[in-house]
Amino acid sequence: MSEKEDKPKKKTRREFLQQIGIVGAGTILAGSAIYAGFSYQNKKKPGDRIKVLTAENELIEVDKNDTTKAKKVLATDLTELQKEGREGIPGKRWVYVVDLSKCRNARKCMSACNEAHHLRPEQHHINTLLMKESKNTPAYYMPKPCMHCDNPPCVAVCPVDATYKRPDGIVLIDNERCIGCRFCIAACPYSARILNWIKPEKEEEDKGKTYNVELNIPQRLGTVSKCLFSADRIREGKLPYCVSACPNGVYYFGDENEDAVTNGTTKETVPFRKLLEDNGGYRLMSDLGTQPRVYYLPPKNKSYPFQDKDKPEAEKDVSEG
Amino acid sequence: MDNNKNLYENAVSDLLKPIYPNRLFKIWMAFLIVALGVCVYAYTIQLRDGLGVTGMRDYVSWGMYIANFVFFVATSLVGMLISAVLGLTGAKWSAPIARIAEIIALAFAAVAGLVIIVDMGRPDRLLYVFTHGRVQSPIIWDVTVVTTYVVISALLLYIPLIPDLKICSERLDKAPKFQRRIFKILSLGWTGSDEQISLIKKCTRVLAILIIPVALGIHTVTSWLFAVTVRPGWDSTIFGPYFVTGAFVSGCSAVIIAMYFFRKNYKLKDYITDMHFDKMGKLLVLLSLVYLYFNINEFLVPWYKLKKFDAVHLQEMFYGRYAILFWGTQLLGLILPIILLLFRKMRRPSPALVISLFVIAGAWLKRYLIVVPTMEHPFLPIQNVPENFKFYSPTLIETTITAGTIILTLLIITILSKFLPIIPIWETKHNQNESKED
Repeated sequence: MSEKEDKPKKKTRREFLQQIGIVGAGTILAGSAIYAGFSYQNKKKPGDRIKVLTAENELIEVDKNDTTKAKKVLATDLTELQKEGREGIPGKRWVYVVDLSKCRNARKCMSACNEAHHLRPEQHHINTLLMKESKNTPAYYMPKPCMHCDNPPCVAVCPVDATYKRPDGIVLIDNERCIGCRFCIAACPYSARILNWIKPEKEEEDKGKTYNVELNIPQRLGTVSKCLFSADRIREGKLPYCVSACPNGVYYFGDENEDAVTNGTTKETVPFRKLLEDNGGYRLMSDLGTQPRVYYLPPKNKSYPFQDKDKPEAEKDVSEG
Repeated sequence: MDNNKNLYENAVSDLLKPIYPNRLFKIWMAFLIVALGVCVYAYTIQLRDGLGVTGMRDYVSWGMYIANFVFFVATSLVGMLISAVLGLTGAKWSAPIARIAEIIALAFAAVAGLVIIVDMGRPDRLLYVFTHGRVQSPIIWDVTVVTTYVVISALLLYIPLIPDLKICSERLDKAPKFQRRIFKILSLGWTGSDEQISLIKKCTRVLAILIIPVALGIHTVTSWLFAVTVRPGWDSTIFGPYFVTGAFVSGCSAVIIAMYFFRKNYKLKDYITDMHFDKMGKLLVLLSLVYLYFNINEFLVPWYKLKKFDAVHLQEMFYGRYAILFWGTQLLGLILPIILLLFRKMRRPSPALVISLFVIAGAWLKRYLIVVPTMEHPFLPIQNVPENFKFYSPTLIETTITAGTIILTLLIITILSKFLPIIPIWETKHNQNESKED
């Protein structure tokens, strides 16, 4: 027998410490695993499921933990901006509702728009018109943006594909492409389009900026411009400039697919079709077959008295006579 | 036979004589070039500052330039009428004036292309029309047919000219050498063999047939630039034929005016005779009557119904802002000429010239009346804009540029008619021989 075999199996100090270490580490690992398991269980409570609308307009529920935040990187390069500007925002069909009973001709929409798009005071993407159809019919104010028609006469006649219709319903103009023939202006029955006849308002200031087709800045001499439904703001998830600027609750903006529109003043979101249904909504000159995406609610029960100075000449004569 | 040959020799020297430049020609050319220079200067101002130098604004966004464009396309149509319609139907009398008509057609159609560039907000992007063209736009159709028309018109001018170019290279003794050499090169080795004669006849015939649909095309498509919109005054289904007949009226009067000046300045009394004025006068009456018929349809039918927006438009025309222009154009430019030209005396050269000047001025103003008043009355009211947005009046620069396009056309006509025999020499002789054989 050797000496080694005779020795009793007594653990050395080092071995003991080693074993303690392993057990300890194991315990900590297991403990943390159990803890993690429990906390995972806790997270899976049914209250944490969320509702999501699919592109097919179906409402589904998903677990909040399975969702990841969509990346929101805004394009900065001209090619990217142009591509994005032609594609639009997938799954959306933008609509715009104007409640004529609320418009008091504050013109905050017009000034906000002109500021955003660097327009001269006499240039209008949106214009508040004083309407009076005949002697006996009432006068009212009618803000008139581009109708973003689903059958747009302007797009049909453009010879160079400068103006186009996006899948999300918006009609835009690429002023890097526009040749300034003004056929679209002639074709538009709503007088919605303008040309930069003279040097654009902020040409110097905008020099060197990358052209953004969704904002139409920089404006260019000799090219056509018009209302864009503030495509740049929509991309950021905000309401159009005019809609948010209105102090009187005239405008609603939203998605037809979602059947929801949001009032720019009250920020209240209402069902789009019900809003039209309850208020007798209509579209401007829809007999022309243009199929506008702008809807009007009639100037019924105007929320304000029509002041004498606002009345058109014709009506003044009538009230005096 | 000898007598016949002498006649031909005389004709050749008569018809070649105008080709030598004289003093009058030099003065006229100098005047045209200086005037054109002024107009080009006006255009450089527009290029620098943009279309804002014109009277056009957001509502009246098409003005004098587009009216002028329609007028140019219209007047160019006469080439097709005379060389194709009259030529193919065997009207021999029109042979001596066919070249005049062809030169007018070519000059007006080519300058029409420039007129439309003048109207562009971004002429620097002209090539986009070809690189990014979209086929559903009537502008693309217009570009296509006008280009085709210019090419066919040029061929219709050139091919019958080949034998004459040969004559020129041989007989113009006093002309500089290089000029004769150019004539020789352009005559493509013409010898007058039977084979060549039959080839030239075949070519001319094919082109004369081809040009008919193309010519109808250019003006129908030009009318569609307006008729495809929903605007009151343009929203019409008869705009195609209405424009085409109006075009013949304007082109016919242009040919009569040109005939008068060539006859006088180039001493061609024996070739452009009173008979030609008489026949052209009759043709002008016929075409004007057809045009009057379309006018009645275009104005009386909407006037009977008085739809809301048509009513506004017609009121402006009949007794509003444009009444003087409208009635002036209709009476002095259409109805009175029809009545006067019914009398043989009025179809003599001098009265025919005066009447034609009225007709062509009326034709230009009529295009203005087609373009501008409609744009001043859109469906929705024009509000919150300066006063000059509401009514259009052309500016000096705009008028100068427009005048420039007319001067350029006169320049082209002058040059072509000066350096080429304005009356077909070979054809005249050939026809004489043929009629002898008959």
